[in-house]
Amino acid sequence: MRKFKENLPGYIFLLLALSSISALALITGFIVVRGAPIITDVGLKEFVFGMSWAPSLGEYGIFPMIIGTVSVALGAGLIGVPIGICCSIFLSEFAPPVITTIFRPAIQLLAGIPSVVYGFWGLIFIVPFIRDYLGGPGLSILAASIILAIMILPTVISISEVSLLALPKQYKEGALALGLTHWQTIRFVMLPAAKSGIVAAVILGIGRAIGETMAVIMIVGNAVAMPESILDPVRTLTTNIGIEMGYATGVHQEALFATGIVLFIVIMILNATAQYITRKKSKK
Amino acid sequence: MRLNARKKEYIAKAMIWGAAMSVMIVLVAIILYILIRGLPVLSFSFLTQNPYNMGRSGGIASTIVGTIYITVVALLIAVPFGIGTAFYLAEYTRDSIITRIIRFSAESLAGIPSIIYGLFGYIFFVIYLGMGWSILAGGLTLAFMILPTIIRTSEEAIRAVPQIYRESSFSLGATKWQTIIKTVFPSAIQGIVNGVILSVGRCIAETAAVIFTAGSVLSMPTSIFDSTRTMAVHFFILASEGVSMQNAFGTAALLIILIFIINVGVNSLVNRFISKNQKR
Repeated sequence: MRKFKENLPGYIFLLLALSSISALALITGFIVVRGAPIITDVGLKEFVFGMSWAPSLGEYGIFPMIIGTVSVALGAGLIGVPIGICCSIFLSEFAPPVITTIFRPAIQLLAGIPSVVYGFWGLIFIVPFIRDYLGGPGLSILAASIILAIMILPTVISISEVSLLALPKQYKEGALALGLTHWQTIRFVMLPAAKSGIVAAVILGIGRAIGETMAVIMIVGNAVAMPESILDPVRTLTTNIGIEMGYATGVHQEALFATGIVLFIVIMILNATAQYITRKKSKK
Repeated sequence: MRLNARKKEYIAKAMIWGAAMSVMIVLVAIILYILIRGLPVLSFSFLTQNPYNMGRSGGIASTIVGTIYITVVALLIAVPFGIGTAFYLAEYTRDSIITRIIRFSAESLAGIPSIIYGLFGYIFFVIYLGMGWSILAGGLTLAFMILPTIIRTSEEAIRAVPQIYRESSFSLGATKWQTIIKTVFPSAIQGIVNGVILSVGRCIAETAAVIFTAGSVLSMPTSIFDSTRTMAVHFFILASEGVSMQNAFGTAALLIILIFIINVGVNSLVNRFISKNQKR
């Protein structure tokens, strides 16, 4: 009896842990069950590569949205990743302590600001700027890329910074002792050594850009069409769900869940890759 | 022109400082703009009056109450499960297949976009369990969403407790459970609270997961089975449908102020934690 009493908390904790992870199974199960029928009805190939999305006509092709998501996430990565990595180098190497104590909480704050606020800010500043100076409707891939670039910064910065700070001190000291400049040390010793962490940071950052919904709805234009330039409006997988979920019923709703499945699979692949990279590194 | 090492160093430094400073400028620009336009709208009556006319006039009282309800429901569910999972991972098991599965799931949950949580919450809580659009369904969905944050921060806090504490406790004849409850938990509590506060921030800021599970009814909720509209959703609807820019700015300013307070709170907790540990 005493032994049982002593072990009881352990069992309770295990039970709590198992129910926590069943969350992932529940989410996967319910979304797949709701969305899979339409994919089999329409055909996987027609669904993924179909060019026409017209729920009222029973046409469900999400290829333009896949292109939309890819172009927006790519744009966000092109703008956000270099800036993010620069910031992580800044934090771990260059920033004076006083600035670090301001900069780090500021990045956290950046992560905490509601995504709708970013969308709104983009709608008021970025969209008119693009419309007036670069042309097009303003609501565009470029606008969404810029806002998403800002939104993925906290992810990119914090994870790359951790992997830079985790490097053994000898790497840097050895390189400096060999007569390399500070920048050469960073460029040829520290960045390559922290590569896996930085790659994971970039993957997770891109994952965030792909998954963001509300901010993107406000600035991406949401037109279902193949974009011809970065100044064209597009619709992404997330915004397709976000816009139509409010009124969709029946088969139309199933098609939105099927869009969710595609999104879910992409995100899970990115997550698993990032986890694999970090784990392989920590094992070494 | 060939650049020598010194010039390259100079250019690289300038670029890195430039990147860092431009990020700060963007952050300040966003916050200042919202506050400058929003603060004049914030007043006692704005915070205490219910919205009228779809939010065109009146205040945002019912959305504040709705946000609080949903956050509380989410925390009531996620905190016990999250801390329990963290204790299991940190105290009751070594690295095994089970821990690897738990970690993989927790990290994957952390990366799932909120719109997927919204879809799941809608089909599971709203439809399958028949809760309808309600505070309960919204809160439960958010509980799923903040679970990984709470697990991760709690596990880190528990692992940060020095091993010597446990050993001393055991050597005094305490059982494992007594050690956990009387020694490990009190030492880890600040880190755990930190994670919980961060989760509150996520609940307040969330839109996509809430709008499809809690709905967007504007009236004052009377029970957790009522549909409600959180502040973030209210702001989204006001701003994207152009209902009332003035009230949108007011709501956004309140959101920013809350997130700011939460972040400052977390940081002062962390600093207190660090200075306390350094004194030892």
